[in-house]
Amino acid sequence: MTATTTPANAGFGTPPYPAEAIHRRPPETQTALRTRPGRRVLPGLPLSLGVSLTYLSIVVLLPLVALFARTFSLTFDAFIDAVFAPRVVATYLVSFGAALLAAVTNVVFGGILAWVLVRYSFPGRKLVDTLIDLPFALPTAVAGIALTAIYAKNGVLGAPLEALGLKVAFTPIGIYVAMVFIGLPFVVRTLQPVLQDHEIEFEEAAASLGASRLRTIIRVILPAMIPALLTGFALAFARAVGEYGSIIFIAGNVPYVSEITPLIIITKLEQYDYAGATAVASVMLVISFVLLLAINLLQAWTARRSGRTL
Amino acid sequence: MSVVNIVGTLERSPAIFETRAATSEPAWAKWSLIAVSIAFFSLFLLLPLVVVFVEAFAKGWSLYKDAVTEADAWSAIKLTLIAAAISVPLNLVFGVAAAWAIAKFEFRGKQILLTLIDLPFSVSPVIAGLIYVLLFGAHGWFGPWLKENDLKIIFAVPGIVLATMFVTVPFVARELIPLMQAQGREEEEAAVVLGASGWRVFWSVTLPNVKWALLYGVILTNARAMGEFGAVSVVSGHIRGQTNTLPLHIEILYNEYQFTAAFAVASLLAMLALVTLGAKSLIEWRQKSVLKELQS
Repeated sequence: MTATTTPANAGFGTPPYPAEAIHRRPPETQTALRTRPGRRVLPGLPLSLGVSLTYLSIVVLLPLVALFARTFSLTFDAFIDAVFAPRVVATYLVSFGAALLAAVTNVVFGGILAWVLVRYSFPGRKLVDTLIDLPFALPTAVAGIALTAIYAKNGVLGAPLEALGLKVAFTPIGIYVAMVFIGLPFVVRTLQPVLQDHEIEFEEAAASLGASRLRTIIRVILPAMIPALLTGFALAFARAVGEYGSIIFIAGNVPYVSEITPLIIITKLEQYDYAGATAVASVMLVISFVLLLAINLLQAWTARRSGRTL
Repeated sequence: MSVVNIVGTLERSPAIFETRAATSEPAWAKWSLIAVSIAFFSLFLLLPLVVVFVEAFAKGWSLYKDAVTEADAWSAIKLTLIAAAISVPLNLVFGVAAAWAIAKFEFRGKQILLTLIDLPFSVSPVIAGLIYVLLFGAHGWFGPWLKENDLKIIFAVPGIVLATMFVTVPFVARELIPLMQAQGREEEEAAVVLGASGWRVFWSVTLPNVKWALLYGVILTNARAMGEFGAVSVVSGHIRGQTNTLPLHIEILYNEYQFTAAFAVASLLAMLALVTLGAKSLIEWRQKSVLKELQS
């Protein structure tokens, strides 16, 4: 980030990465002021930690505890009934299946996009680079109605695709399209800095040893990108599984066919089936936890591989 | 999961790779990859954005104006602004406090704290709404108590604010933490040794160093706060003119087949998204020019 904007780091080397630059300094300047171990020079830990913990407890922790407490108040049979009801199982298949396909699509095309943005100069490169973040910034409901308009029977793409016999809107394919839209920036933005960092010397060494360009890319660059590609995949997948706003408009929401798991939670809630909604939500939540853990481990791996501090 | 961070480092321009035979691809390969990228980009990102504006103005300017100025749209705009005006400053205070604690100190359980901050990223927005219904809804933990005291959280404005607070938790903190960690604490320590108070250190040393990242964090938080749909949809109750935010208003219009009006209101939020992305580019550009200056 902007570490080098501070005068203290100003004269220090050429930073591709300022964090690294700081680490390269002699260790005594880092710890000069902490001569007595355990004594902190900076004030404010109790206050800042107190504010953060209070906020997190009220906004995040307490509500999540309430969810799990509710789940544990169900009998085991009721839980199993809610979570494995055929209509609910059908939504898992739709949500996880479409999210998997969408994440794979994003790894392939997001990978190519990241490569092109880092390696090639072409007209419009800056615009493409800026708009990659659009799915982060555009409210999901807006994306949802726009995608539906495009792929509906009379839409710009929907009409020609329908003529070819492919129905997108109001089918599981529509869900997949919406998931590709919201997942794309995760792959591109995870891959870009790692690709930037990758030392050019490795490629030159491979070339000078007689490797063809394609072989260099497959055997030298691609392996170095694997942790970042997996992280991007996991982020895109996690987001797609939980996504609601951009999907419900285009999905058609036909039970057993194009109903996603977040929607079944809402449906249960609207029928005052709090127990059922809570049980399904707790299953999704556990899956989010597992994905989050996997993402953190992957990011640590990426950081180690590329020598970057996150 | 700081994927939305501004990377403030000087990136290598593509020219470095393109001018050397050993690190560049044949022209046909290069241009086909660019063509594939632009096609994918146009299809999945550009087209939806363009369609919002085309549909919004499809029936002319006067219909557009009617759609965004009618009473229900106005009350939705007001509620959206109120929700953002409460949740964004709260998130700002929380984000700065969390970043200060995490970046400047070592303590046990830091990793758990970081995970908690990231959690709302990976929790489905629908679940974010549901958890507040379980706490404050009619059948929730505090439901009976709230009813006795004639307080309403779910299907009312406080619920919308709470749900917005949940989904925006990571934004400011995640922008600040990597930056403040990279900057270390030497400058702050020097200021303390020279006799500055804690607040003085924060205002005169830390804040100027992080102001751009902070600004971007706030802009992102605001965009998310105004655009949140899933979480807010669960707690709002969709009471027209009372608990409808802009995204919910879009849904209602759309479901009533008032497509042009739905897209007109959607175009307001799309413009907010474009302003957010523009601000990001501007801040990145500023940071780069500062970096260049310092390097030369």
